[in-house]
Amino acid sequence: MVQFNLPKDSEVKKGKYYKAESNAKNIKKVNVYRWSPEDGENPRLDTYEVDMDNCGPMVLDALIKIKNEIDSTLTFRRSCREGICGSCAMNIDGSNTLACTKSAKEVNGDINIYPLPHMPVIKDLVPNLKQMYKQYQSIEPWMQSSKTTNGSEGLQTIEDRSKLDGLYECILCACCATSCPSYWWNGDKYLGPAVLLQAYRWIIDSRDEERKKRLKKVADELKLFRCHTIMNCTNACPKGLNPAKAIGSIKKMLVTEKSN
Amino acid sequence: MSSKSPLSPHLQVYKWQLSSLLSITHRMTSVFNLAGMIFLTLWILLLISGQNTFSYFEMFSSSFIGKFIFVGITWSFSYHLLNGIRHLFWDLGYGYDLKVANLSGIIVLLSSFVLTFLVWFI
Repeated sequence: MVQFNLPKDSEVKKGKYYKAESNAKNIKKVNVYRWSPEDGENPRLDTYEVDMDNCGPMVLDALIKIKNEIDSTLTFRRSCREGICGSCAMNIDGSNTLACTKSAKEVNGDINIYPLPHMPVIKDLVPNLKQMYKQYQSIEPWMQSSKTTNGSEGLQTIEDRSKLDGLYECILCACCATSCPSYWWNGDKYLGPAVLLQAYRWIIDSRDEERKKRLKKVADELKLFRCHTIMNCTNACPKGLNPAKAIGSIKKMLVTEKSN
Repeated sequence: MSSKSPLSPHLQVYKWQLSSLLSITHRMTSVFNLAGMIFLTLWILLLISGQNTFSYFEMFSSSFIGKFIFVGITWSFSYHLLNGIRHLFWDLGYGYDLKVANLSGIIVLLSSFVLTFLVWFI
């Protein structure tokens, strides 16, 4: 049965308040989800007053400023700071996105920051994504071809190559997967938008020879058909991709290519 | 010692999108439709059980609550039907672009009210 409420030990309590220096004029309040595995307490929401006149433009800049200048215990993942590594995926202002490409000015009022939704938390804004990686592994995300190319490239027509546009750009940040209510309720069985978009990326690749096997593998009531086209995934994707469309394409293929 | 990982907030913090609102409405109207079917069956049952009992039903259905329920059921059927057509287009592979999906959603929502209006007032 679906549980809409958070378990008791996951309820978010009121946290600490960190005031900015008194000479700061342009203050933005940043509310951040905090949880440490070490103190045995419930998660809490800490509030930091950030002086935006002395801070970079993105939400990630604000987080780094907090960690550098206000509270060094704040924990979050980040790496490239330009939207290509996918490390700083988190829930900002109610929807999933990358902290490094989300402008702080875009957020009206306080900036609320939570970890990616419905995931086990390792610490603060760091979720445990093991389950999704395992599912990613299950779709065998590598080229399967018996052809040997003797060290040269495996060629593809321009048209075939263009079928991968809108798919290969995925950085596996998990913004889409963790925005999906179906994935929240059935994440242990449903593959979710991120993994299904990847599955489609290999199904549609003209160089891959295991199209039928791949299709057969995802053709499952739980793995695939838990997608109800809610489209939170497409709304969330920080790379502007369309997982809902990719999933729809797999569903359509299963009907139109039934002959096997 | 490290304690058990908490579950990060989900429904509690996630902002409603137009698409997700329309989706949950589709699911809710399916439940309303079921209730509506039971209601309509009851109506037919009362029809064959004679004038006396049927007049009670008429009394109820001409009251404000009765009318509200009937109009509500009509809207619920209309929405589910129209959004079902939207789903069929998705199944055919059309209408996944965000702009198109949002537009079709708004059209479905508005049309469901128009259809309800047409059924009851024309």
